[in-house]
Amino acid sequence: MEKSQFDILKNIEDSEYKYGFTTQVENDTVPVGISEDIIRLISKKKNEPEFMLEFRLNAYRKWRELEEPDWAFLKFEKVDYNALCYYSAPKKVNDLKSLDDVDPEILETYKKLGIPLEEQKMLQGVAVDAVFDSVSIATTYKKQLNDVGIIFCSISEAVRDYPELIKKYLASVVSVSDNFFSALNSAVFSDGTFVYVPEGVRCPIELSTYFRINAQNTGQFERTLIIADKGSYVSYMEGCTAPMRDEYQLHAAVVELVALEGAHIKYSTIQNWYPGDKNGKGGVYNFVTKRGLCEGKNSKISWTQVETGSAVTWKYPSCVLKGDNSVGEFHSVAVTNNYQQADTGTKMIHVGKNTRSTIISKGISALYSNNSYRGLVKILPSANNARNYSQCDSMLIGNKCGAHTFPYMDVANSTAVVEHEATTSKISDEQIFYCNQRGISKEDAISMIVNGFCKEVFNELPMEFAVEARQLLNVTLEGSIG
Amino acid sequence: MTDANTILNVNKLFASVEDNNILKGIDLEIKEGEVHAIMGLNGSGKSTLSNVLAGNPMYKVDSGEVLFNNKDLLSLKPEERAGEGMFLSFQNPIELPGVMLNYFLRTSLNEVRKYRGEKEVNLREFKAMFDDKIKKLNFPSKILSRSINEGFSGGEKKRCEILQLSFLKPKLAILDEIDSGLDIDALSDVAAAINNYKEENPKASFLLITHYKRLLDYIKPDKIHVLINGKFVYEGDATLADKLESDGYAWIEDMIK
Repeated sequence: MEKSQFDILKNIEDSEYKYGFTTQVENDTVPVGISEDIIRLISKKKNEPEFMLEFRLNAYRKWRELEEPDWAFLKFEKVDYNALCYYSAPKKVNDLKSLDDVDPEILETYKKLGIPLEEQKMLQGVAVDAVFDSVSIATTYKKQLNDVGIIFCSISEAVRDYPELIKKYLASVVSVSDNFFSALNSAVFSDGTFVYVPEGVRCPIELSTYFRINAQNTGQFERTLIIADKGSYVSYMEGCTAPMRDEYQLHAAVVELVALEGAHIKYSTIQNWYPGDKNGKGGVYNFVTKRGLCEGKNSKISWTQVETGSAVTWKYPSCVLKGDNSVGEFHSVAVTNNYQQADTGTKMIHVGKNTRSTIISKGISALYSNNSYRGLVKILPSANNARNYSQCDSMLIGNKCGAHTFPYMDVANSTAVVEHEATTSKISDEQIFYCNQRGISKEDAISMIVNGFCKEVFNELPMEFAVEARQLLNVTLEGSIG
Repeated sequence: MTDANTILNVNKLFASVEDNNILKGIDLEIKEGEVHAIMGLNGSGKSTLSNVLAGNPMYKVDSGEVLFNNKDLLSLKPEERAGEGMFLSFQNPIELPGVMLNYFLRTSLNEVRKYRGEKEVNLREFKAMFDDKIKKLNFPSKILSRSINEGFSGGEKKRCEILQLSFLKPKLAILDEIDSGLDIDALSDVAAAINNYKEENPKASFLLITHYKRLLDYIKPDKIHVLINGKFVYEGDATLADKLESDGYAWIEDMIK
């Protein structure tokens, strides 16, 4: 039986990454390497105001003083930061008036990815911002959102058009020198998404950004900033893919969320960067800093992530629960296969009174992969009656993979209640035989059991994403048994 | 040679588990619409036989031949056997955390239908079938949105097996100690459901594995086989159950010595 499970995994190995194509477009790039001159050049290419250039240069100087973190349970080849290209834009992108001005090759790429950019598909009711390598290609639904006062645009536009909001909130949650990668991102971030939801507005549609790395040897450093003003609500989804390349590609994003009094931000991610081939060659390094600030009373931030891609993932979407009665949630499914490595989890920092946080983490490891949950629950002395509930479940498929849990708890208030539960399971032969006996094949049984294992998290995803997440999970684990 | 209406024909079947020989030459013929019962002491090989027939890969067939539906059963995968119409009700039904009963049932039904070249049922058709069956089984319909077998009581688990049986419409249903862990009321419910299925599908055959006569009071067997040490050593009609209940197995053991 062990052997036959192994056979399935053999087939899983052979399942292909279907987003691994490259698009032929002319690129406008800056020279390889990083220096103050390069940063000036990037800023100039983006027509940025002076304050932004200062922000970048300051970040660059701080970055040079920082060390690359090495505490995660990850092993990978060091990145040569001077061998990377920090800006790449498709040439025809300047001054887009409508989708007609976008290079048809790029639209074709998004079509292959199933991203509804074209006007007729906008009926599907998801507003999309698409980032291709370093720049934002198109933001759909902009006008309809403007009518209710919601700003949804690329961060480059926001820097030019809403400098006051940018000055106030950029790096207010993740400081420039928070860590090595946040400093690097602050220095060279290319594009990303900006969202502002005004007081009392409930965003009528799902907002979404699709990120795509295309050019070779180019890092993607996107920056996302979402501000939900008092009493507002927004649900935001991001997805990402990259071509198959033999060398490693670096992705170092920073995402900041700010929820003011009574606001609720729901942030969902499907991360499907290229994981490398079955021998562990190539793939994306996904080094991401995501943090949300529950600034006001009764505010709420929910992170939901489905991590199936990347060769190496280093990512801890966190919540700072500053406002009294604020709520932080983290729901995660991380799947690793072949030689993928993931070190992911969350931080819940309780500052305000009666703050509550929930962590649900599901890790699935197959073949030779390693999957770690790392989480911090920190209760500050001011956080009276804070509550946390954490549940970390790991599932192993095969017997050469690893699942690890590193929970940290730091409680400085005696009225707090912190709970942590963890389980590790394997799909048993009996479970598979039971499914077989009811006519269900082994592959379908594994997919069904894994989906069942992840159900609590999938239930948190917006409908559009839940379907995609299930399919993605099946592609990652099911393989292509004929 | 087997009759046209023979559904299962087991011929000199030897099987082992982890190098222990358990089945030592089983012969068994079941015809359409027949009910057979296997009785015997613990460890005699009753569950091994049902697992071998259903194709559990933990059990190894050493020699022998099994025809099911006139096909070479032993060369089929377990899911193909299910498609051919073999159903095994588990002595201890397996929990699948997070897998909703309704999802599991519909997947199972459609896989089996696909195998049989029948049209798959959509959600609405499934719901209608389900409502009909649930009434007959005296089952709370909210069970549909629970994870299969997880946190089910013993009775719920066994009823759930019969629910699946009624969906999959097998030609041969092997019920491995369907009566274990049931109180009298639950047993009578489960037995009524089985009898109901039998009435609706008169060609369906049953192989009941049990320790107790009380199940056979509800479902009358055509034949009772006594399994001792991996071999059928005695055979009788329904009245044999009464004798075994009152006298035990010692007299049979004495007889074969």
